[in-house]
This record gives sequence, C-alpha cells and structure tokens, in this order.
Amino acid sequence: MKKVISNILTGLVYVFLFAPIVVLLVFSFNGSKSLSVFSDPSLYWYKELLKDRNTLETVRNSLLLATTATAIATAMGTAAAWGIDRLRSRWYRTAINTVTDIPMTNPDIITGISMMLMFVFVGRMFGARNSLNFWTILIAHVTFCLPYVILQVLPKLQQMDRALPEAAMDLGCTPFRAFWKVELPEMLPGIVTGAIMAFTMSLDDFVISYFTSGTGFETLPIRIYSMTKKTVTPKMYALATIIFFITLTLLLISNAIEDSDDKESRKQKNAKND
Amino acid sequence: MKKKIAALTVVLSMVLAMVLTGCGGSSDKLVLNVYNWGEYISDGSDGTLDTIRAFEDWYEETYGTPVTVNYTTYPSNEDMYNKLSNGAVSYDVIIPSDYMIARMAEEGLLQPLNFDNIPNYQYINESFHGLYYDPEDMYSVPYTYGIVGVIYDANKVDEADVGGWDLMWNEKYAGDILQYNNSRDAFGTAMYKLGIDVNTNDKAEWERAADELINQRPLVKSYVMDEIYNMMESGEAAIGSYYAGDYFTMQDAQADSVDLKFYYPEKTNFFIDAMCIPTCAQNKELAEIFINYMLSEEAGIANAEYINYASPNKLVYENEEYIEEMGEDAMEILYPELGNFSELYNEYAYRSMDVEMLDYLNSLWETVKLN
Amino acid sequence: MKSLTKRPGNGSRTALAPYSLWAMLFIVVPMVFIAYYAFTDNNFQFTMENITRFFTTVSNVKNPDGSVEEVRTYLLILGRSLKLAVISTAVCLLIGYPLAYRIAHARKRTQKIMMTLVMIPMWMNFLIRTYAWMTILQDAGIINNILSKLGLKPVHIIGTEVAVIIGMVYDYLPYMVLPIYSIMVKMDSGLIEAAHDLGCGTLSVLRRVIFPLSLPGVLSGITMVLIPSISTFYISQKLGSGKFFLIGDAIEGQYVANNLHFAAAMAFILMIILLLFMALIKYFTSRYLYGGNAK
Repeated sequence: MKKVISNILTGLVYVFLFAPIVVLLVFSFNGSKSLSVFSDPSLYWYKELLKDRNTLETVRNSLLLATTATAIATAMGTAAAWGIDRLRSRWYRTAINTVTDIPMTNPDIITGISMMLMFVFVGRMFGARNSLNFWTILIAHVTFCLPYVILQVLPKLQQMDRALPEAAMDLGCTPFRAFWKVELPEMLPGIVTGAIMAFTMSLDDFVISYFTSGTGFETLPIRIYSMTKKTVTPKMYALATIIFFITLTLLLISNAIEDSDDKESRKQKNAKND
Repeated sequence: MKKKIAALTVVLSMVLAMVLTGCGGSSDKLVLNVYNWGEYISDGSDGTLDTIRAFEDWYEETYGTPVTVNYTTYPSNEDMYNKLSNGAVSYDVIIPSDYMIARMAEEGLLQPLNFDNIPNYQYINESFHGLYYDPEDMYSVPYTYGIVGVIYDANKVDEADVGGWDLMWNEKYAGDILQYNNSRDAFGTAMYKLGIDVNTNDKAEWERAADELINQRPLVKSYVMDEIYNMMESGEAAIGSYYAGDYFTMQDAQADSVDLKFYYPEKTNFFIDAMCIPTCAQNKELAEIFINYMLSEEAGIANAEYINYASPNKLVYENEEYIEEMGEDAMEILYPELGNFSELYNEYAYRSMDVEMLDYLNSLWETVKLN
Repeated sequence: MKSLTKRPGNGSRTALAPYSLWAMLFIVVPMVFIAYYAFTDNNFQFTMENITRFFTTVSNVKNPDGSVEEVRTYLLILGRSLKLAVISTAVCLLIGYPLAYRIAHARKRTQKIMMTLVMIPMWMNFLIRTYAWMTILQDAGIINNILSKLGLKPVHIIGTEVAVIIGMVYDYLPYMVLPIYSIMVKMDSGLIEAAHDLGCGTLSVLRRVIFPLSLPGVLSGITMVLIPSISTFYISQKLGSGKFFLIGDAIEGQYVANNLHFAAAMAFILMIILLLFMALIKYFTSRYLYGGNAK
C-alpha cells in the first residue's frame, strides 16, 4: 500500500515536470500562429523552422558556445581539481575554494552585470569599438561552468587511494603514465558528469548571456527574449520539440552503451572469479 | 568505461560537426552588422521573401563581392541604446524608434547619411520629412510607422462603452483589462486619457498619471508585452492597448468564442521606427546600400506584410498587390485618413526626455508596480 | 630530498595556475567592479548616494481599503523577493527530498532513467518552458479547461503568488534533486540496516541516520534553488502577470534605464545579504553536524 502511494506521488512529480513539455509538443503542431488556441494540426511550423536561416543560426551559435565553453571549462577545471587535491598550502586552498564558491552563490543577474561592467570599462580604457563580442560571452560561460566541473571532479580525487599513483610510479611508471593510467580513469566519471552539467547550464543560460553578448553573436535565448514586442510563434515550440527528441535519443543511446558496458565488466569479473 | 568515453567523443564530435557545417566562409568577406527589433523583418516564412538573404544575393550579383549580414535583435530601444552608448557593441544599421533617434542624434551617436547612396528615399511620403526627431532629415530613413489603438473582444464588451481611453478604466470589465508592461506606453495611456501632454516636464502631471495607473491596477488582469497576443486570442482578457498592425495578427488566430475589434481613441500615440547608421559603424557605404535595398519595392512589401505595420514607402502602400493582400479593412486601420499627418505626429509622439526625468519616470513606474 | 618529488604537492601549482589566473580575472575582478560602480556616480567620483538610495527611497502604496501607506520601496521589494524565494525553496525541498530518496533506492537501471527524466526539462529553453506554463495556468488555459470538462469550478492561478512559485519550483527542482540524490546514492546501506537492527523505526532511521547524513546535499540544494529564485525576473514577469515586482526586476529595470551605478549598488547589496545568509546556514549546519566544531 505504501509502495503504491509512493509510486503515485512520484508519478505526479514527473507529470509536473513534463506537463509544459507536452504542451509545447502539442502546440508545435498548431496550424495557426497562436500559442493558446489550437486550431488544426499541421507541420507548418516545422517547415517554416527549417527555412528560417536566422533562427537556425542562433541555434548553431548556442551549440558552438556551449561546446567551446564546456571544452575549456572541463580541461581547466579538471586540472584545477587535480591541483587543489594535492595543494599543501592551507591558505591557498581556502582562497581557491572560496573563489570557486562565488559563481555558485551569486545570482546570475549579479554575475552578468559584474562581467558586463568590467568588459565595458576595460573596453573603454583601450578605446575598443565593441567591447562585447563572442569572446566576452565565451569567457562568461566558461566562468560559470568551471565550478560545476571542479565540484564534480574533486570528490572523485578525494575518494581515490593516494597510494595508487605512487605505487604505479614505484613500479616504474613515469609520472605522466601514472596519471594517465591510474588517476584519470578514477576522475573520469566526475569529468563526464561535470562536462554534461556545464553543457546543460551553458545551453540554458539566458541572463548572463543577455548582459555579456555583443556585436553579431546571438544565442537562441537572446533571440527569443527579443521577441517581446512582437509575438513568440509556435516555431519556437517546434524547435524545442526537435531539441527534446534529439536530447532524448542521445541520452537513451548513452544509457544503453553504459548498460552493455556494465554487463561486460560484470562478465569479466565473473570470469576472473571462476 | 572506455565505451563511455567513446560514446561521449562521438556525441561531442557530432555536435561540433553540426556547429561547424555552414560555418565556412573566408574572413575577408564583407560583413554588415544589423541590429533590429525581434521579429521585425521578413524572414522568408510562408513563401515570402527573406529580405536579408535577398540583399546578400542581390549585392553579390550587382557588385561581384559576397557580403554577409550579421543580424542581431534587441527587445527594446533602451536595451539597444545601453549597449551602443556604452561602446559595448558596434553596428552598421540600427532601427530605433523616433524618441530614441532624437536622443541618440543629440548625443552624437548617429552619423548623417549620404542620400546619394539611398536614391529610393524619394519614395518616402513627404509627410515624413522634417519631423521633430530629425528636423533636417539627416540621420534617419523611416522603416515603419503606426498608431496605438485599443483592441477589444466584441463578445464581451458593450459597444456603448467603446471609443476612448475610458474603456481601459471601466470597472465593468475589472479583471479583463491588459496594460502595457513598459513605463512609457503605460503612462501614455493614462496621460492621453487625462489630456496631459505626454512630453511634459512638470512632475506633478506625471504624478497625476501615476495615480491614474495605480487606480487602474485593481482592474488590470496583467501587465503585458508580447503576452497580449495569447491573452486576447484565447479570450483570457477582453481589452488591451497595442500597436495597430498587431491587431491583425491576433484576429487571425482568435478562438471561435472571441470576436476582436479595434479602434483609435481620439488622442493617441504615433510612432515611427527608422533606419539609422550609428557613429561606430564600420562600413557606412554598405550600410547605406542596405538601407536603400530595404526601401525597394520587393523588400519593402515583404517586410510590410510580415511586420503588419504601416509603411511610409509609396512603392509599398500604393502597390496594388500589397493593397489586395492586406485587405480593405486592414488598409483602413493601418492608413487612416488623418488630414495633416506631420502636425498630428509632432503633437502626439513621444519625445526624448532628459536623464533626470527618465530616472523620475522610472521610480514612479516602480511605485505603480509596487502597489 | 629526492623523494619529495613523489609526494603530493608536486605540480599542483602548475596545474592550478590557469584556473587561479582565470578566477582572479573573471571572478574576483568583476566583484571589485560591482563595488566600484556601487560607490561611484556617473563621473566615477566616490559617493554613498546609491547605497543610501536603496535604503531610504519611499513610495506611497494604496491598501485595499483605500488608505495610503508610506513604504521603503526597495526594502519592500527585497522582502517580497525573499519571501517568494524561501517558499519556493521549501516547496522544492518538500518535493525534491522524497523524490531523491525514491530514486536513490530504485534499481540501478531505473535510477539512471529517473535521473535523466529529471534533467531533460533543463534542456528545453527556460523562456519557452515558462511560456508553456502560461498556456497551462491561464484562466482560459488547460487546467481550467480540464476542470470545466469535469464540471468543476475554475481556479484562478495566473498572476498570483502561487503561479510565480509554481514557475520557480518547476525551473529549479532539478537543482534540489541532483545534490541530494548524489549523496544518498553513496550512503552506506549497511548503516541503515544496522540502525534498523538496533530497533530504530523507519521514521527514526530517517531522522537520526539518513537526514543528518544527507545534510550536505540538502544544503547545496537549498543554495542552488534559493539563489536563482531570489533574483529571477523573467518568471515574475510572465507568470506573475507583471504584478510581482521583485528585486531582479528592479535591477533589470535600472539596467534598462541605463542607471548602471544604481543597478550595481542593488546588486552589491543583494550580494552581501546572500553571502551573509549562506555563511549563517553553513555555520548552523556545521554546528549541527560536528557539534560546534565549525570546520
């Protein structure tokens, strides 16, 4: 009985999480321009979307930004976590940890405004024509992605047996090989989760991008926000639906691969035990 | 684990491939940076002309060099002004509204245009010459214009109550009224209603308007910008004020139970959005060629039909096909018989205010929103 | 001293160098700029005016009974924002904690699927998600359509506090579930069994073992929900029918009005308040966890 109630409640939470997604899925097939009155089903907005090079370009920009920011943040963040883990200086560690906390405890709007103020001020100092551009929005995204990577990788290092890399080196591994063969595999789950989180955050971010974006580089959220004088059309819902199914497929594939991975390793283990 | 890495690598490279395709093109290509309102140019939907791509193609055909238009959008005049005046961005063409043009010209943010490169300017209606925001016609080329009106659901609103701004304060329709969620337009409705000059520097008058807005607040269902479309279409609200052409968009999508109608109150706002070249522009001549192209018959009609606002361009509003496409009713609403347009416009348009007044207006607006 | 090279610490500073530099330039320096703008006027001369303006500006608010009351504008706005943010965070915790518990105790395969499903909505653009909520919550929206088909009375949600809270809870729930789940999944199940064996009831196990152990996750969940919900400006505009003017709206409004210095001052004050708030929470939980030894 208890189980049933708990199942029902859990189900309700998922209904809550997916209700708006169902709505935008349905309205993306709306024949009219409205987001609240459904007239007749049609693929009209999907056709329009595929023809709309401007919107597709903002999608491309968003992906480009998220991929680049994730790559930089993951590399830099992993190195940083490795460094923090081995740091001996107490105050340096405290300082770094405090600074890493700042982007997490600062609201987006403050991070966005502070970066904008800095870029504009520095730009003025050097007489730059456009102090906000692709590079500034990239810097901003890398900055707010970094803590997610560090906070995911660091625990993995702390859980790791310190003696392992040393043992490897004692057995004749070079430090680099020891890192590659012993430490990196330990960190990897953290790196992967951190990278996925960074990518998600970067793709979804609107506020920080709004303050730091500049000439000629527009992401999808900014394009949508700019529609506030005219109307947001079901075209955007069609876009969201497509993104939804791509994401779903990718995640299902990665889950399936991991499952087969697990099974394989279990088999190997069993074989060893025999 | 290795498979996990392999999977991740595959996913990442797929994303990168998606990103990089179409990313090609040499860097020495001509680039024109255009900064415009969101959804404010024909984008090729419904088989219409994608005016930006058409310009790129036309330019390459005519001049032999390829050009890329970098098109970015902003949500409001003020957002655009902030980024531009802080030196945060540099654009070649911008399309601000009248009062913002006046402010930017005064602050030296706009360049005088070379009209030799914009021969199509001759097709702009003479009524749009010498208006207050650009008295010598140096800085701007009108893009669209319009008048603010009131939209109502005839199934809910009594025909007898219709006509003036009073409808938006009518207690009979409490909870069915929409007000602007932007200070200037919201204050505008109250000031036209009270007969106050919308450009007054008298703080007491502004306070009277703020009181009127506070009195209206219990009747207001929602403070809206783009949300007005869905709310009027679905019958969620019955009365709202918005820009004339947008009424057609709502009417096209209205639910069966809704019958939207439109009227102009006696005193109301006139606005013009015009193309300008800011001082930070990097390619002025190219920008002028772009502006000229937007005035051509093809591009002008495509944009006017997409945006649904009135066009000051004779090549557009005198074109038979355009008139037919818009329909008689729409033409009557978009291009009403006004007598002397310039005079009316100069009397009722918003003007730029000094920084101190803007700050004061902003704090009054905060008070209204706080109540 | 040759053996030192193998001790931890070797190369740590080199690995940390890029991040340290980055954090200095793009995390610390921008904070300095907020403070700098907050304490200067348009000509970059020192002034306290922006800060005092935040605390002293008053406006007249009409009560429902028609009487007029003078209030401190920005303090009232801040208070309202805090109230909504705290309620949303509490609701997120109430929903998120049991959900994380449920997921952490499911089969391995199910866990993965359930977590994926929690994360997926975050991949839709948040502006679009909020728009979809408008369609659901409107008076003529989907909920009321369903209610009227069932012959029930319509409910009025859009434009109320409830709508804003729904929007915030929806957007930030994953931030609550994620950290709690990742702690719970690592929890030693032997500990819980031991507690059961020692005669603890389910509730008592939850209170004495599971909850204290999951507290760090709860804490970071609270932080990750509270912070964005205090400063949101889009949700209140769309789902609150523009009737809820929150501190995020005020800051954005000042930015749009090009009052960068006052916007910075508001951001600065909000930042200080949040830092104090977080420090307090950390202090109390560490006292609770380690019995007074604040670590």
